[in-house]
Amino acid sequence: MTLNLSPNIADPDDFYAELIDSQRDLDEEQALRMNARLILLLANHIGDRKVLTEAIGCARASGG
Amino acid sequence: MTSYIYPKFGYRRSQEQADHVVKRHPIVVVGAGPVGLTAALDCAARGQPVVVLDDNDTVSIGSRAVCYAKRPLEIWNRLGCAVPMVERGVSWNVGRVFFRDQLSYQFDLLPEAEHQWPAMINLQQYHLEEILVAQCRANPLIELRWKHRLISLKQAADHATLVVETPDGIFTMEAQWVIACDGANSDVRKMVGAEFTGQFFQDRFLIADVAMKADFPTERWFWFDPPFHRGQSVLLHRQADKIWRIDFQLGWDADPDEEKKPERVIPRIRAMLGEDTEFALEWVSIYQFACRRIDNFRQGRVLFAGDAAHQVSPFGARGANTGVQDIDNLAWKLAMVLRGEASEALLDTYHEERAYAADDNILNSTRATDFITPKTKPSRYFRDAVLELARHHGFARPLVNSGRLSTPTPYVTSALNTPDDNAIAGGVPPGTNAVDASITVNGRPGWFLHCLGDGFTVVAFGGETDRTEIAAGPLAAKLIVVGRDIEDPTGLLAERYGASPGTTYLFRPDQYVAARWAGFDEAEITDAMLRASGHDTAGRTELAA
Repeated sequence: MTLNLSPNIADPDDFYAELIDSQRDLDEEQALRMNARLILLLANHIGDRKVLTEAIGCARASGG
Repeated sequence: MTSYIYPKFGYRRSQEQADHVVKRHPIVVVGAGPVGLTAALDCAARGQPVVVLDDNDTVSIGSRAVCYAKRPLEIWNRLGCAVPMVERGVSWNVGRVFFRDQLSYQFDLLPEAEHQWPAMINLQQYHLEEILVAQCRANPLIELRWKHRLISLKQAADHATLVVETPDGIFTMEAQWVIACDGANSDVRKMVGAEFTGQFFQDRFLIADVAMKADFPTERWFWFDPPFHRGQSVLLHRQADKIWRIDFQLGWDADPDEEKKPERVIPRIRAMLGEDTEFALEWVSIYQFACRRIDNFRQGRVLFAGDAAHQVSPFGARGANTGVQDIDNLAWKLAMVLRGEASEALLDTYHEERAYAADDNILNSTRATDFITPKTKPSRYFRDAVLELARHHGFARPLVNSGRLSTPTPYVTSALNTPDDNAIAGGVPPGTNAVDASITVNGRPGWFLHCLGDGFTVVAFGGETDRTEIAAGPLAAKLIVVGRDIEDPTGLLAERYGASPGTTYLFRPDQYVAARWAGFDEAEITDAMLRASGHDTAGRTELAA
């Protein structure tokens, strides 16, 4: 499997709103801690080491 | 402070110093710690006389190494001293990991069924050394020379010259081979000018050994960021004699001289154990660590082992455990070279195999250190996230790293291995240490590892042969046929080795698998035996030393 970089989320606006809303009442530190937990949960769900390496590389490159 | 009474081994002037003669010894070991003493025992077990030099005349001062893993126990059993260690030590299985004021999770290192030795024992280094010294003293091939300080070492093509200082003055001795086991600050390493590079960690740790009356459970407890020691880690381990090892991470800014004072240490321990727990301080020290290794384990006639060759963080018990396995790898090779059965090139494979293992240990211990002491704020968030998630979800528990306990590193890339033809599914591939199993010999229960010989051993699962030995050039392997010499009534041995009728394994003298085949073919066995002892098998040269 390779990292899926095509649209894959059924309702993108709804997902994005849910993500932002979930952190609306958190301060920055709390939000960053939540992000760390979220990354680990999703990474475990994906599991595939090659895909994870691709995603890490892709995120790192886009972030400059 | 300590309740332990240090033995005095007693200096004796050697005959050669008294006679003012320069004597050449086959093997001189520098340093009588766990690794140096094991080196003496293993070389002697392989028929070589050994002289051990140590600048002190007692065991390790204070408790240093604590945990000894199964593989070193197997090696020490081969050398006849694992039983008193296990009897004297404390075996433990349960580990608990705490994050802040909560139990994050616990694990159980259940001893693997049908193995002779526990996964790990805890024992103060001084007790361990006393057992090793007693074993050395009982061996006529070993001469322990206390209060012998090496002051210079010079190398020639076929020997090294050692200048040694004793209470009787300075004298000179020669060694065909020197095994340097003189620890992380090795003087020998400086004398040969070897590089020792790696990563230093900017952190300090306080070790406190305390005697406790309370019956605390025999478990390994590890705290991340506990309420009694905010922002740092703490480790609690039980040793023999109701003595506990407590390891407090202090951070880089801590003042080592201040932190060592009992008036600083006692309140820390009281905060941890509670006001009502009675305890007495046995030993306190402050350490910092580095992960580094020597550029080459062989420097001419000098072979480096243990902390003199590599240093790791303490998380995972990889110091002494790795050092003992260095010796396991070195002793048979050195004996073979000294007997003229192999060329000196075999000793270069000591570097190849053990540097590979050292790099693996350094990698593991660096990873544990990065988890325990996150270097940046984002990495701390990830670390904390793992610990929080581990409390509720199994998936996060394998990510928690409070030290990965020492296991042998397989020499998967070693030139001594005969490439596997993949005819055997599972089992024990070349470059891996032999797996033990219970067997029977003449109807009596026994252990497979005990059956492996001092030299090479061929184990054939079934087959009709009267042979008990297979020769290859100057070498001979003991032949064990399962069903003839040993029995595998439960089938466990065959299962662990992925064996079916005809399967044949070749074990090296250090009990590592050199080669394996689906059938028994003498030409292949002799070829593999020569390869595993460093001979040029391509040209089938009948080697000279």
